[in-house]
Amino acid sequence: MLRVENIHTYYQLSHILFGVSLEVGQGEIVCLLGRNGAGKSTTMKSIMGLTPPKQGTIEFKGKVCTGHKPYLMARMGIGFVPDDRRVFADLTVGENLEISERNVHEGGWNKDRVYNFFPALRSIDARRAGFLSGGEQQMLTIARALMTNPDFILLDEPTEGLAPLIVNMLEEQIARLKESGLTVLLAEQNLEVALRLSDRGYVIDNGAIQYHGTRDDLSSNEAVRNKYLCV
Amino acid sequence: MEFSATVTFSALMQQVLVGLSRTTILFIVASGLSLVLGVLRIPNVAHGSLYMTGAFVTYTVATLFGQSTLGFWLALIVAPLVVALLSFIAERGLFCHLYEREHMMLLLFTFAFSLVIGDLVKLVWGSDYRSLVAPVFLQGSFSISGFPFPRYNLFLLVIGPLVAAGLWFLTNKTKIGKIARAAAVDREMVGAIGINVSWVFAAVFVIGCYLAGLGGALVAPTQNITQGMDHAIIIEAFLIVIIGGLGNIWGALLGALIFGLTDSIGILLWPQFAIVFPYVAVVTVLLFRPQGLLKSTW
Repeated sequence: MLRVENIHTYYQLSHILFGVSLEVGQGEIVCLLGRNGAGKSTTMKSIMGLTPPKQGTIEFKGKVCTGHKPYLMARMGIGFVPDDRRVFADLTVGENLEISERNVHEGGWNKDRVYNFFPALRSIDARRAGFLSGGEQQMLTIARALMTNPDFILLDEPTEGLAPLIVNMLEEQIARLKESGLTVLLAEQNLEVALRLSDRGYVIDNGAIQYHGTRDDLSSNEAVRNKYLCV
Repeated sequence: MEFSATVTFSALMQQVLVGLSRTTILFIVASGLSLVLGVLRIPNVAHGSLYMTGAFVTYTVATLFGQSTLGFWLALIVAPLVVALLSFIAERGLFCHLYEREHMMLLLFTFAFSLVIGDLVKLVWGSDYRSLVAPVFLQGSFSISGFPFPRYNLFLLVIGPLVAAGLWFLTNKTKIGKIARAAAVDREMVGAIGINVSWVFAAVFVIGCYLAGLGGALVAPTQNITQGMDHAIIIEAFLIVIIGGLGNIWGALLGALIFGLTDSIGILLWPQFAIVFPYVAVVTVLLFRPQGLLKSTW
């Protein structure tokens, strides 16, 4: 479904990604593992078109869409859940969801279905998003991405900084998203969560993919874990 | 130096009403400026020039109909739309390519734009001043506890709250308003949920400029329509937006109230120095609330 080939991304003059390539197939959860600053978020943003790569290609659903504006990527069916959440703080929870609604269709996501998926959000419908707790904001960013009715979601460190109870809840919900047919690229530092959820994984460090393998490869390969993932 | 020691209650009331009608014009113009500043991050110096254009177009349309009542209403509808159309062309043709630039560039650009509009107005209408009479039913005065109060000012007092209510509805109840509020804080993320921010900006810019045109149309019967009215209003409008809180429409209302009321009451208290009062109020506000009275969207 998504094919990233040899992308190089820069922030102004600093070279951040050095030829990152990865692939995500229909219905898979693929994780992108790496330490802080390894290039996970930049990879996600490059795919979304927020920091367009200077070299390389991004192909989604068989179409080359390198350098497309973020709104076009979203319209093609990519949902984006940024690591810093970026809820629209001045809007209520309900308004955050309303303005995100897109590609409305029978059996698709709407406000009601999203509230059934995250019941905690229903009770705070009228609250300003800026006043939510970290866990609530995380639910809202995922809910907001779902409202665009995506086929594919970029989930950037959804469990970062959250209490274990909420991490478990999110983990279950992400697994449910996969069951509903959604494809996910999950950036994570939390190895356990990532391995429980994903089918395959890439390990990124210093802006380049260092290792690629199935879930079992990753959990058995201690050398890779020690070299790239331990702090 | 002469202090008027005998400020009667009715004289005070009269000046308050005059100040409130001035507030209406200031609010309409400043809210448009604030909207554009808050959402697009453009300090639109040409906003005053669009206000002036609105006033001149109002004059022309009303005069085409012999400055009749019908002509006045028609002008009140047409003039802001002409200004909106002008701003739409400017936005799609010029401004939309500049959003990523730094503020200084935008400031210079809109300043240049204001000079171009100023000269265009001079080309079309010449450098003489024009005047427009209010329609018959808005001429003359009411008597409020013995003091005359112009009917047209009362009309402005009706329009002001209507515009405020309209803006409230637009920003809080419509989808474009909600999107604009989101884009004011995080335009990138608005793009990431599939919204083409460029068209949101165009809409907000046009609405903001429409308000400049509306302000110009409403002020037309109350003063000489002349070159230079652009500079006077833009300074006031920027001060109002700054003391109210950048990008906050209700801040613009509060700022316009402070500016309009200190101006009119100043005239009553100390006519020779009346012009100083609103500026003293601005300085006072900034001393205590340099970030503006209400929450800025910046």
